[in-house]
Amino acid sequence: MTELTKKERMKIPRQEMPVQEPEARVENFSEVALGFTLELARREAERCLQCKDPHCTEGCPVEVTIPEFIEAVREGDMAKAVAVMKAKNNLPAICGRVCPQEVQCEQRCILGKKGEPVAIGRLERFVGDFELANNTFAVTKAPSTGKKVAVVGSGPAGLTCAVDLGRMGHDVTIFESLHIPGGVLVYGIPEFRLPKSVIRSEIDTAAKALGIEILSDYVIGRTLTLDELQLEFDAVFLGTGAGLPMFMRIPGINFNGVMSANEFLTRVNLMKGYQFPEYDTPVKVGKRVAVIGAGNVAMDSARCALRLQSLREKANGVERGEVHIVYRRSPAEVPARLEEVHHAKEEGVIFDFLTNPIAIIGDDKGGVRAMRCIRMELGEPDDSGRRRPVPIQGSEFEMDVDQVVFALGTSPNPLVFVNADGLERSRHGTAVADQETGRTTMKGVWAGGDVVTGAATVISAMGAGKRAAADIDRYLSGESEW
Amino acid sequence: MYKILQKQVLSDVTKLMVVEAPQIARKAKAGQFVIVITHERGERIPLTIADYDREAGTITMIFQEVGKSTMEMGLLQVGDGFKTIVGPLGHPTEIENFGTVICVGGGVGIAPVYPIARALREAGNQVISIIGARTKELLLWEDKMRAVSDELIVTTDDGSYGRKTLVTVPLKEILEAKPGKIAKIWAIGPAIMMKFVAETTRPFKVPTIVSLNTIMIDGTGMCGGCRVLMDDGAQFVCVDGPEFDGHRVDWNTLLSRLAFYRSEEQAAVTRFRESHKCNLERAVAEGVK
Ligand SMILES: Cc1cc2nc3c(=O)[nH]c(=O)nc-3n(C[C@H](O)[C@H](O)[C@H](O)COP(=O)(O)OP(=O)(O)OC[C@H]3O[C@@H](n4cnc5c(N)ncnc54)[C@H](O)[C@@H]3O)c2cc1C
Ligand code: FES
Repeated sequence: MTELTKKERMKIPRQEMPVQEPEARVENFSEVALGFTLELARREAERCLQCKDPHCTEGCPVEVTIPEFIEAVREGDMAKAVAVMKAKNNLPAICGRVCPQEVQCEQRCILGKKGEPVAIGRLERFVGDFELANNTFAVTKAPSTGKKVAVVGSGPAGLTCAVDLGRMGHDVTIFESLHIPGGVLVYGIPEFRLPKSVIRSEIDTAAKALGIEILSDYVIGRTLTLDELQLEFDAVFLGTGAGLPMFMRIPGINFNGVMSANEFLTRVNLMKGYQFPEYDTPVKVGKRVAVIGAGNVAMDSARCALRLQSLREKANGVERGEVHIVYRRSPAEVPARLEEVHHAKEEGVIFDFLTNPIAIIGDDKGGVRAMRCIRMELGEPDDSGRRRPVPIQGSEFEMDVDQVVFALGTSPNPLVFVNADGLERSRHGTAVADQETGRTTMKGVWAGGDVVTGAATVISAMGAGKRAAADIDRYLSGESEW
Repeated sequence: MYKILQKQVLSDVTKLMVVEAPQIARKAKAGQFVIVITHERGERIPLTIADYDREAGTITMIFQEVGKSTMEMGLLQVGDGFKTIVGPLGHPTEIENFGTVICVGGGVGIAPVYPIARALREAGNQVISIIGARTKELLLWEDKMRAVSDELIVTTDDGSYGRKTLVTVPLKEILEAKPGKIAKIWAIGPAIMMKFVAETTRPFKVPTIVSLNTIMIDGTGMCGGCRVLMDDGAQFVCVDGPEFDGHRVDWNTLLSRLAFYRSEEQAAVTRFRESHKCNLERAVAEGVK
């Protein structure tokens, strides 16, 4: 291949990823973004300037050596690209799909200063998918150390920690309360954004290669408690996430048709409610749905609702209706991934910004008839640095809705802390743990991911799992005292 | 897989199963429940733990075939298994020596009331039990209940056995006959029965504990689908309960939430019955050939 000059590289436009068209995709739950072809990937890889002092890597919570893997893609040496990737990131096919690259690696890309950054996320996904299809990279287990580690929770934090510990030769058992491992990746993020087969094969391959035992249907705090785990294991890692839903404290939240995004998404994704009655768990969608919040969870809920509406139309001709995102701040503060907001808009989700619900109004059958809202305006910045929304007096109005889904964020589930008296928690219910090592205030217990930070991101949970695994290894090998 | 070791047909629609689940049997206490899934495509269904045997590593569940999933469960045989059983979930019943207590069980609710009555008796309480069902066929565990009660009253709605009345009638009689003597009441059964038990005992101001069986998914506090409205706000049945003060439950909201998926449930049952009829007809036809 002829070497391009810097100028020539900068002339190549950022490559678009093929997608299902909006009209077609709202009628199915299949993946929206279809991934690069080898040709597109290599063309995109050509755009990377291979900076001497790359900033992209600093933007990656698990420090993938980005230019190096992109260079390998450019050369078409996919095995090398995979090896470089997997040295830092166990789950590239997942991260490539769900990381908020626009505020991480891609935000630091030098090309972004004037034009568009290299599509690092799309390339990452391409490498991950290549590996899933071709299995070029053998995960290997170091000689057994004879040490036993319990990992509680099988989300990105727990999985990453387990895989790293397995590679180091420790004997790992994962305890998961649900019947399928994967955490939010399986119960929260929908199929059309992250196919469940991707998660399953990532988990199966790693677990098999490393002899990791996954015990689903184990609720720690109930089936077994933390102190019992400590008797049997040399170290315990808590990656139990932030699974507790929040409801607004407004009147009417117990009417039928008012639910948490967790319930709605769990019915749809984990239980496959969109395939009812082939699958046994039903899920209902309204004709006029309001999703409260504007994070990834809200986007996912709104887009599931749209799809359920069109499936219903196909099945029995009921008109689709509308799906609204109701958000008390302005577009600038929307926390969801850029791509998701973009896709949601394309698909027809209606955004009501600077709007806050104040009451849900029922009908005479215990269902939802409407939602009272008030308009907001932006005031002074709050603790988060974002301008605080304040209600506009006298601007109340009624929105005609029959389903309300709360996607307002979540907090850690306290169940795991039963019989864990020495384990300190913050005012918000998160486990207190050292940033660098993941050590909690209870000897032999580490924690990381959403259970420590509150609802955050897949990649930050993975980073925490990695750091904890490294520290657990130091502790178990006697290199470092508690 | 969680293997079925024993199956008893208690009535046409009521089945008992003893299942291998040592990790649950180890921990189970009266008042707790499990969530089961029958097969790959199944839903998560909460069932109270009717009994457990720590040594044998088994738990006993009793269920009534009210929907497609419980009908499918009813078809499972000894040697088959459940895909998932998770638990024990929820808080156990608080057992103490309260003095004289009443345990009310309606229909399949008799099963979960049994371990509570037994534990109360073992703790030294004087236990009066009232069990009732629509008809004799649906009455279960009379002998077991008798063995753990100082007094047992049996009712059926249609008078086919015991007194022809609702459980609330003898309940009221006892409360009137022994003013101030009853320390606490437990009632488990259909929501509507528990509602009327709570209404019956309210004027007597006797604390009345009910065990709620709301719609659930995870059973660990994650979805909020199980929430119940109490006089001071919403609570999650799976983690805050399943037992609650019956006088503080908003029964109308509870009943309406229980009915939310009724049309889907009915459609599933119809579909299930039809497919079974087809299979049966095919089998018969092939048999004839
Ligand atoms: C709908 C939705 C969409 C999202 N979209 C994105 C996105 O696009 N990009 C992104 O970066 N992030 C996204 N997030 C956030 C991201 O998924 C989380 O930050 C991440 O999954 C946290 O990982 P974790 O391992 O800490 O916890 P989780 O993924 O929550 O996993 C915790 C696991 O622990 C289990 N568990 C909990 N308690 C117990 C117990 N007592 N015993 C046994 N097991 C237990 C849970 O069942 C669960 O499986 C999204 C979240 C949601 C809900
Ligand atoms: S069943 Fe989901 S929170 Fe109770």
